[in-house]
Amino acid sequence: MSVRSKVIEAIQQIAKEQNVALPALTDDLSLHETGFDSLAFAILVARLEDETGVDPFTISEDAAFPATVGDFVRAYENVPA
Amino acid sequence: MSPREIFALRDYLSPELTGRTLSDAHHCVSLTDILSQTVLGGRLCELSGRAVLLKLSDQLRSGLAMIELDGIARRMLLCPPDLNPAHLDALIADAGIDAVVTDEPDRWADAGVSLVVTAQLPLQATTPAKTERATEWLMLTSGTSGVPKIAGHTLEALTGAIVAEGPAKGPAPVWATFYDIRRYGGLQIFLRAILSGGSMVLSDPHEALADHVARLNARGVSHISGTPSHWRKLLMSGSAAKFAPGYVRLSGEIADQAVLDGLKAAFPNSSVGHAYASTEAGVGFAVNDGLEGFPADYLGNRNGVEMKVVDGSLRIRSTRTAHAYIGRNAAALTDADGFVDSGDIVELRGDRYYFVGRRGGIINIGGLKVHPEEIEAAINRHPDVRMSRAKSRRSPITGGIVVADVILTEGTDPARAKEIRDQILDQCRAQLASHKVPAVIRFVEALDVTPAGKLARTDA
Repeated sequence: MSVRSKVIEAIQQIAKEQNVALPALTDDLSLHETGFDSLAFAILVARLEDETGVDPFTISEDAAFPATVGDFVRAYENVPA
Repeated sequence: MSPREIFALRDYLSPELTGRTLSDAHHCVSLTDILSQTVLGGRLCELSGRAVLLKLSDQLRSGLAMIELDGIARRMLLCPPDLNPAHLDALIADAGIDAVVTDEPDRWADAGVSLVVTAQLPLQATTPAKTERATEWLMLTSGTSGVPKIAGHTLEALTGAIVAEGPAKGPAPVWATFYDIRRYGGLQIFLRAILSGGSMVLSDPHEALADHVARLNARGVSHISGTPSHWRKLLMSGSAAKFAPGYVRLSGEIADQAVLDGLKAAFPNSSVGHAYASTEAGVGFAVNDGLEGFPADYLGNRNGVEMKVVDGSLRIRSTRTAHAYIGRNAAALTDADGFVDSGDIVELRGDRYYFVGRRGGIINIGGLKVHPEEIEAAINRHPDVRMSRAKSRRSPITGGIVVADVILTEGTDPARAKEIRDQILDQCRAQLASHKVPAVIRFVEALDVTPAGKLARTDA
């Protein structure tokens, strides 16, 4: 499974658990518009760390949190192996 | 005015009661004629009026030495097996120790304690001793990483709850416990066995659970106690099926509904009860209605135990509490009114109080305080869960999130893990505030339990 599909699947799973009605997950959708609160993002980042072994937001020195879904997915895709 | 009558353990060990034994995995000692025998090589008279450190490698000789020393020594300090040796000097100084009873006399040759007495088996014949004084019992608190605190008790305080219950009906009980008798929870059971005219089967940390249960059966154990973690381990082991005690008791940790129901199912013909006690607060109460928590009307004065809730924490005043912390810089044990603050946080729901956790065990989740025990109780309500541990994990988003390690009940199909995880999360969301719902659930084979029988919470 690609990194992208792992991320999208995790977002959808958490949305289901948290009763969040997700809009279509396009790359330019702002994270704010997903309906996720900070707790939902915290859960997402923790689960992706368990699944992929990385937490790009803790590793990164200039840890600017991504603004859009596309930025978020790229943060995982761009982590050096 | 006649002096107040002093009683000691030897008063409960008259030779008229036959068939009584104290046993471990290797020896079985008759208690019937125990007063005419000595584990101290006949040197009890040298320990008269002394402050004695009881530092033995096994429970059997420890129990026999307690029987002999009570009423003779001025005080005795019970050392649990996991005591960090680096803390011994401080404890010796704080308790004013001037004698040691040991099975390793060579180690004590140059330790600066003036009197070293060796405890040994087999027992030797001796003249029965007469009680001289009320010996002070010193016990160490568990659960702290630094030097443990010394809590001072009298036999009267230690046995207050046992005496209040009155003599047991029916045949003399055979008691056992998963605890070590040099800790408060285990000592209560040892004292129950002695005062009830019964027998006791000691635990052995090196014994496999199945062998332990076989020994409990062989000795006809009728009454047995342990922490909820001890009991969950027994239920997981599959050994419970071969065991049918009459009375099952839990103490030392929160007994949630899941473990109470699990024990009731495993032992359908047993009474299952949970007791609230601590080294400092003594025995508060027992709950025998099969439900977690305790009725709200236990607060106030009940059977000589007064309880109140201050800032969410249970406070207890009774003649069964320890009377002081002992030592050079010992803190006050009670508040100004004589209440011991247990540090156990309770919550009133309906007409019942429920334990939610330890004040010192709070984890911080994004600035909100969370008791891991409350989350574990919610997880444990799932029928396929045997045991769980909640803890915090750092998060770059919120600072912290809750994660949980879960052990499934024996025989659960691993293919159902995802389905069970979703059900646990649904259940937690229905019962807990959103920040307390685990972000991640991990299924594990085992969880660490401390030597005191409590779930290890190194990160709490």
